[in-house]
Parts: sequence; structure tokens; C-alpha cells
Amino acid sequence: MGSISLQNVKKSFGEVEIIPDITLDIKEGEFVVFVGPSGCGKSTLLRLIAGLEDTTSGTILLDGQDMTKAPPARRGLAMVFQSYALYPHMTVRDNIAFPLKMAKASKEEIDRKVEYAARTLNLSSYLDRRPRALSGGQRQRVAIGRAIVREPKAFLFDEPLSNLDAALRVNMRLEITELHQQLKTTMIYVTHDQVEAMTMADRIVVLNAGNVEQFGSPLDLYKKPANRFVAGFIGSPRMNFIDGPEAARYNAHSIGVRPEHFTIATTPGSGTWKGKVGVAEQLGSDTFLHVHVDGLTLMTIRTDGEQTFNHGDDVYLTPDPTRIYRFDAAGKAI
Amino acid sequence: MARTVPTSTRIGFTALAWIIALILFSPILWVLLTAFKTEAEAIANTPTFFPQNFTLENFGAVQARSDYIKHATNSIIVSVGSTLIGLIIGIPAAWAMAFAPTKRTKDVLMWMLSTKMMPAVGVLIPIYLIFRDLRLLDTVHGLTIIMTLINLPIIIWMLYTYFKEIPVDILEASRMDGAELWNEIVHVLVPMAVPGIASTLLLNVILAWNEAFWTITLTSGRAGTLTAFISSFSSPQGLFLAKLSAASLLAIAPILLMGWFSQKQLVRGLTFGAVK
Repeated sequence: MGSISLQNVKKSFGEVEIIPDITLDIKEGEFVVFVGPSGCGKSTLLRLIAGLEDTTSGTILLDGQDMTKAPPARRGLAMVFQSYALYPHMTVRDNIAFPLKMAKASKEEIDRKVEYAARTLNLSSYLDRRPRALSGGQRQRVAIGRAIVREPKAFLFDEPLSNLDAALRVNMRLEITELHQQLKTTMIYVTHDQVEAMTMADRIVVLNAGNVEQFGSPLDLYKKPANRFVAGFIGSPRMNFIDGPEAARYNAHSIGVRPEHFTIATTPGSGTWKGKVGVAEQLGSDTFLHVHVDGLTLMTIRTDGEQTFNHGDDVYLTPDPTRIYRFDAAGKAI
Repeated sequence: MARTVPTSTRIGFTALAWIIALILFSPILWVLLTAFKTEAEAIANTPTFFPQNFTLENFGAVQARSDYIKHATNSIIVSVGSTLIGLIIGIPAAWAMAFAPTKRTKDVLMWMLSTKMMPAVGVLIPIYLIFRDLRLLDTVHGLTIIMTLINLPIIIWMLYTYFKEIPVDILEASRMDGAELWNEIVHVLVPMAVPGIASTLLLNVILAWNEAFWTITLTSGRAGTLTAFISSFSSPQGLFLAKLSAASLLAIAPILLMGWFSQKQLVRGLTFGAVK
């Protein structure tokens, strides 16, 4: 239960084409993350799967059944919204019970499932409160509880952590991953945060302007990006790109080197490229150096936190030759 | 930082507000006082302020001449009935316009409002003829229908404005939770819009209660409401100020009391969503 298949799905809003043509297969039990910059169509794609938007053309199969025209209520999916979208006039208990009431479950079943969900999500002592009396994290947990009790074929998450503060976001990220391991239900998770994508996903769909740039496991995307867009989007800090004659030396239109794939030296003449340190961002465990490389661009270099660099220091950089990514004029990886 | 207003300015504005409020209230006060005067005192050349010979005879005379209870009952049926029917039609209509708008939704809203800009007397003849042919003249249900139609644009406009304030996410969440349209409206939309729906209801009851043009022209004896009841006292047999006042007082008292007790709800509803 829980395989999702999109076949040539297209979506336009009037004249504006949001999703030109997407074909995608999500396996049962998979945790798939849709990631991409804002406006790339990731939320629209999720809403198409949910049934909250109608497809312009194409087919959506859930467990092999054509659900393209089915209303959201009939698809058997659960969704967690960015704004939590709790029912403000109902208590936490009634919020979680709502999908069960809609499914005409018996009173005993509703009580049992609500109690169970509340215990799983540490909400037992808040059941009689209204959403407005809860903190952001608790609200998000209620939204997840409301999704769990339906025992859906798949969970859809639309940027669920964007409204939380940084510390809570890390916690909830773990909780959702934990939940996936417990329930083993298909989950589709939309985010613009590549760290969330990398840490949570079994497989990641990288979207750009409504097109799938690459679909693969996090490490696949990191190690073998299909094109310059994916190479630049996955990995933090961002990959450094070099165009022009320097790239031509590697028989490419442009080349990319990740900040962590450099050796850095201070003795003159001991590197491929020479540069001056601009800003050094010290995080303790790592230091990110922004180096103005002579004749090239500003590059970000990751070093361990042991060495200290100052503004204006001369440094010599050598990229790891096995980890230079080469791209053709169209941005495709060669 | 709070703005500081000099005490003298504050006293000045307070006095001005009271003066304006009293001027606005004076006709009602006049009616209230005159209703308890004798007919002779009401038209006396040197008018009295408080009734000199306090009397309730006007009320008795009014009830005896034209049945107050019957008119009041008609008023209640027409105003409450038309408002409830209006809400039953208006809630789904406003839902559709607020949450599933098309390119023409704004035009439809504008068109509905434009019907309120037209002088009612402009369609008096056709409506009268339709009512005559459908045998709706001087019937309570006929009056309820016309009152529903007159106030429907206002009902839909008000509800539309309130519904626009409700985050669409919450309705979408209910759809994801398995709610079909009916459940979405009954269990999620309506409870969330209660302040808005309540003030729409109150305002429309008041508007229908006070409506005079159609009630007077489309009714005579049987289906007359309280507005028709009052007008029957400014009759050609001569002006009976005290009786007219008693009739007016009886007609406005219920709605005045309702407005008084629901003013909190009304103000809350009318400013709903103005400040988040």
C-alpha cells in the first residue's frame, strides 16, 4: 500500500505553465523529498497528488488505481500543511478525531486511536486545549497526529517545519524520520531546504522550473549530480563553479569543485590556484574561507577548525583531481 | 508611546459626542414620551416635556384598532424567515465565490450589489403584477420571498467578506481529512465563521424588520407587518400623535431591544477581520 505514480502530469494556471511534463514513480514505503528553489512547482506537484489541484493532463496512480479525477477526500492520503491548518474551533482531541469522524468510525475506535496518537506524539496532557493555546511545535504535532489516525496510504508534508525555530526544526526533523521508520508508510515531503532533503530522504526529487532535474538517493545526488543545477543545489556550502579558459583546460564548458574537496596550503607555489582570504567564517568544527582566487572568482573553501586564517592571507588551493565535476555548455554533467 | 490629549480637548470632544448622540436620539425620545400622553396633551400648543397625565390608553386603543400581535407576528415571520432562507442560499454561494472563484466572480458580486443601487419603485409595477398573478399579494410567504430577494445581495456580500478571512488551508485540510463538501461547510466553515454569520443574521433581521416600501405596497390587512401597522396610524382621519407614537414604540421596541442586547456581537461581526 502506498505506491504513487505520476505519468506525463502537466499543470498550467491559465497561460502560465507550472509543470510542463513530469513522470515519476514513488515506491511503497519510500520517504521522498521534493526539493527546489521557491517557485519551482514542488508544492503544486504535491497538491496535484493530494487532489487539491486538478491536473491539466496526465495520470496519477495510487496503488495502481487511477485517481486523477478523484476528490482529495477519496484518495486516502493525509497532508500536513506549513500553516498547520488546525481547526481553531475544536480541541486538540477533536482535531485529531476529525478524520475518524468523517470516516464514521465508532466512538470506541476514535477514543482508542486518538489516545494512541496523543501518546505517540506526547500530546496526552493537551487533548482538551484549543490550538491557539499550543506552541508551534505542539501545533505541528497535532497536525501530524491528525494525519496518523487516518492510517493513510501516504503522508504528504508541505514545508511543515518552515514556521518553527531552528532548534525545534532539527528536533521535528528527527521525529518525522523516526515516525517514518515506525510506520513504514510512504511519505512525500516538500522543502526548499536541501539539508532537510539530504538528512530525511530515501530519495530526492530535485525540481527546477517544473522539471525533474534528478531523482535519486541523497548521496547519488551529491556524488553524481546530473547537471550543474543539481550540483549547485545539493551540498552546503554551495559548489564553486569556474567557467572560461580554466574550465577549458579540463575539456569542459564549466567545472565545479565542492568546498570540502580542496587542499589548502600557505607555502608559495604549493597549489594550483593562488588567492587571498576575504572572510573566514569560523564555526568551531569547520572554517569556511571565502577566497578571492587570482584570475577566477570568489571561492568557498571548507577547512577544519584547527588552522587559523586572517583576512588578506595568501593561500594556495589544490582541487582534489578525482572530484572535479565537469559540465558541457548546456550544463549537463560530462 | 501613547499620544497625550489635553484634558480640555477631551472634555470638549466628550461634550460634542453627547450632544450629537442626544440629537440623534431625540426623535425616539419624543416618541417614547408622547406615547404616554393623552391625545390632547400631545398636540397642545405649549408642548410639555414629560407626560402630565401619564396614561396607557393609547396602547389599548392601538391594539383595539389594528391588531398589534398579528402584525408583530407577521414581522417576526417575515424578518426571521427571510433571513434564514437567505443564509441557506447565501452560505453556499459565498463559499463558492470565496474559495472557488472564477474569472467572473467579481462581476457577479458587482452585479448583485448593483441591484441594490436601483430605486425599488422602478420595479414596483412588474413585481406587483407578478405578485398579483401568482396570488402572492398580501400573503406572509409572498412577503418573505421578496424580503429574501431584496436582502440576498447583502447577505452574500457580508458572508463573502467574512469567508475571505478564513485561511483556505483549513478547508483544504478538512478535504484531506475525508470531509465531503457538506461536512466541510457544516463542520469547518460555518463554526469558524460564526461571528460573521451572526452579525449577518442580526443585520438582516433588522433590515427586513424595518423595510417599509414593499411591506406597505404588497400587503393590506392580513399580511401587514409592523411598518404597515405604523403607517396605518398616519391616516386620513386625522393625525393622532399619541396613538401614532404608541404604535411606533410598539413597532420599534422589539428590534431596539434585540439590537441593544446583541450590540457586542454586531460590532464584533462588523469589524471582524479588520484587525488580525
